[in-house]
Amino acid sequence: MSAFNAIDSDREVERDDYTPGIEPQATWCPGCGDFGVLKALKGAMADLGKSPEEILLVTGIGCSGKLSSYFESYGFHTIHGRALPIARAAKLANPDLEVVAAGGDGDGYGIGGNHFVHTARENHDITYIVFNNEIFGLTKGQTSPTSPMGHKSKTQPHGSAKAPIRPMSSSLTAGSSYVARTAAVNPNQAQEILVEAIEHNGFSHIDFLTQCPTWNKDAKQYVPYIDVQENEDYEFDVSDRKEASEMMYESESALYEGEVLTGRFYHAPDRPSYGEEKRAVGEMPDEPLVERYHDDSYEWERSYDLLDVHK
Amino acid sequence: MTEELAWRIAGGSGDGIDSTSQNFAKALMRSGLHVFTHRHYPSRIRGGHTYVEVRADEEPVESRGDGYNFLLALGDSFARNPKEEAYYGNEEVKPLAENLDELREGGVIVYDEGLVDPSEVPDFEERVEENDWHVYPLDLRGLAREKGREVMRNTAGVGATAALLDYELQHIEDLMADAMSGEVLETNLDILEIAYESVQDREFTHDLRAPEGSHDEEQVLLSGSNAIAYGALDEGCRFIAGYPMTPWTEVFTLMTQHLPKVGGISEQVEDEIAAAALAIGASHAGVKAMSGSSGGGFALMSEPLGLAEMTETPVVLIEAMRAGPSTGMPTKPEQGDLEHVLYTSQGDSTRVVLAPANVKEAYDQTRAAFRIAYDYQIPAIVLYDQKLSGELRNVDESFFDREPSPDLGSTLSEDEIAEAAHHASGKFQRFQHEPEDGSNVSPRSLPGQEGGRYLATGNEHTPEGHISEDPRNRVAQMERRLGKLEDIRDDLDAEYDHQTYHGPEDADYGILTFGSHQGTVHEAVDRLNADGHGVKSIGVSDLMPLAEREVTEFLESVDEALVVEMNATGQFRGLIQRELGRFGPKMNSLLKYNGEPFEPHEIVEGLETIAEGDEPAPTTRFVPAAGD
Repeated sequence: MSAFNAIDSDREVERDDYTPGIEPQATWCPGCGDFGVLKALKGAMADLGKSPEEILLVTGIGCSGKLSSYFESYGFHTIHGRALPIARAAKLANPDLEVVAAGGDGDGYGIGGNHFVHTARENHDITYIVFNNEIFGLTKGQTSPTSPMGHKSKTQPHGSAKAPIRPMSSSLTAGSSYVARTAAVNPNQAQEILVEAIEHNGFSHIDFLTQCPTWNKDAKQYVPYIDVQENEDYEFDVSDRKEASEMMYESESALYEGEVLTGRFYHAPDRPSYGEEKRAVGEMPDEPLVERYHDDSYEWERSYDLLDVHK
Repeated sequence: MTEELAWRIAGGSGDGIDSTSQNFAKALMRSGLHVFTHRHYPSRIRGGHTYVEVRADEEPVESRGDGYNFLLALGDSFARNPKEEAYYGNEEVKPLAENLDELREGGVIVYDEGLVDPSEVPDFEERVEENDWHVYPLDLRGLAREKGREVMRNTAGVGATAALLDYELQHIEDLMADAMSGEVLETNLDILEIAYESVQDREFTHDLRAPEGSHDEEQVLLSGSNAIAYGALDEGCRFIAGYPMTPWTEVFTLMTQHLPKVGGISEQVEDEIAAAALAIGASHAGVKAMSGSSGGGFALMSEPLGLAEMTETPVVLIEAMRAGPSTGMPTKPEQGDLEHVLYTSQGDSTRVVLAPANVKEAYDQTRAAFRIAYDYQIPAIVLYDQKLSGELRNVDESFFDREPSPDLGSTLSEDEIAEAAHHASGKFQRFQHEPEDGSNVSPRSLPGQEGGRYLATGNEHTPEGHISEDPRNRVAQMERRLGKLEDIRDDLDAEYDHQTYHGPEDADYGILTFGSHQGTVHEAVDRLNADGHGVKSIGVSDLMPLAEREVTEFLESVDEALVVEMNATGQFRGLIQRELGRFGPKMNSLLKYNGEPFEPHEIVEGLETIAEGDEPAPTTRFVPAAGD
């Protein structure tokens, strides 16, 4: 018997089941793109029939990090840039959990860049949503790793001399097996992409364009956008690394010219997740490790039986 | 009684000094002796002077002792180009030259004349004469080359050692048969015997012989790091995340080797921030988890450590100290990270710090750290150092014949969650201000459990986990989290006294120490008492919460005290004064921070400094008591 009945249950769930008693207006400004992410995530979970109890939402710091406050599930609001290492350990410990990590562009591509690269490389079976509004919001409008060159802020008063990071290209190069970009201005596409990403067995990275009406007035650049899957001009094989890479490059260059391409850019459904690879080499138990602590019949190994090499 | 054996093997890093000494120590242990090793090595992979001492006696040994009485100088086969002499000196003769200062009078020297030229060792002949040393040059390299391969000169050296000590070769042969097979074994056995015989024909001028001992039961040879890993395993730890760093790596690699065998998970990750964060993530999900590092890596863990405190996530972190600041001296011991471990991270610290003194304590206190962490939902740190990390000691195998304890502490089952306190909105009250049982621990649920949903956050939060800056809530939560430390102090007192006492109760002088020098202090205390001083010691293990009652009683019972620690600023003494707020005029400091652990004579001299006004050893620093 599982120690986690909520995970085993097969219940009907509705969007409202993911609404806690508190409102996001406390943090998010009117018109903020973060509302769109929240809406899409609730919709995706309802579509997937996940109960709030079987979801662990791990977030970083910043406006985006507050997502776990406004989404009803098990949540872990961690520290700046560190959502991924916490999320991936929780998934390894209990693969039955649906683990979603979220953070902002500063959080994910800046301070957490190291973890982003390595989580992608290892292809952990978790979904990672990066709220990309090209600005530091909660600290009041500093330049971020995705801010365009020449962007002026209190910390870059002469205009940024740094080229923005290319999140999707970096992600693909690092090893993500699912990479998409969507936008808060279209929660419908976002919801579809989230469903696909969560269902994907491996590391799913979504660069989620969110407008910041308070600190980044250029947010309007995200409207209108083009869906690469629905536009014949952008035909490419989403499972082909090279074609996907070229499309990402094109899209990431065009973004700062005002042309916003969104959709699924890379999807490798057959690549085993890290947990599967780890099991295959004998580094991880078949059953979720957490279950063992609730199994009264399990006979715990003792160090006494491992001491032979020291005799 | 036969004289104890303190055998030192010296050579170049990468020459197999470590494995050879381990095997010899194990053979001595198997033949009934008590053993203790001390390891000295440079921060280089190959080349550079290294040595290991194996101290063996009929009676239990718990320290490296003063000097040694048998040198096996093998020569450095990776010696650098002589042109680099300015940096490294003449490495080829270092295994002989560098070790003479600590060789006791009447000691034995075997050197490899195939590699070492004693004419290049300054004043060698004079010193041999002066100290009544007994020198046996042997062409160990030639012997090994003739019968097998040059690298087997270590084996030849051990064979010669056995002959000179009148030690039965069979013990070493048995050990080799366990460790290798086929042609390699045959060749090694050949070399062993030939070396043995080639010495036997000579006339011995020395008296030293291997002591004889007999254990009552089977022994195991373990280091402090080994014992930490086994303590963790027995306490049900099945998840470790880490990044290699000397000397913490020794815990990490042993756990990594064992965990897959017992269905656990080990993760080598990108950095120490990630390592600690992974341990927190796994623990949050419901597994007993650990991480750890040494000084520099632990610095990176400062941030996740605070998160574990604020979210009340149980986790065990290991800190294996080495000489700092910064990367300092990677392979040298120091106890300079004490304050770092006690106070690092933002805000007021709510953590437990335990400092084991030897292999047995390392096992016991690691288990205690896990139990406390999971019962009280608090990070617990096991603080030790490079000395304890690498020193090997024999322990009765039966010591490890214990029951495993996979208990998750204050974690609820789904049935218990259904009965537990919930907010009117239905949200589980993970962080109640006043838990129902009157304790300061609000039981936790695990992600995936029915009815236990909550938000864990590094921000201050309400009982349900919602972020909150309400002043009343803040005070209630802070008081509850801080209150756990007082509860833990009582709990540790009730469990058993982790502090170790040595010497006569009515002694006038006291020695206080923490961590790996306890054994050395005991040896010094015995000598001082034999010399007519009344001295006793306390080895303090509970550093946070500090064993206040025990330290207070100890200090009240003596006229004067010496605080022995391996750092330059007296951090342990500072902790005692900060926590107890008195005893300043009673406490003198004896400090050592040259990268070498204390020897008993230095502590003897330190105490005599107080008692008789003598000068302390030149390698140590004496800081008199504050005030008057």
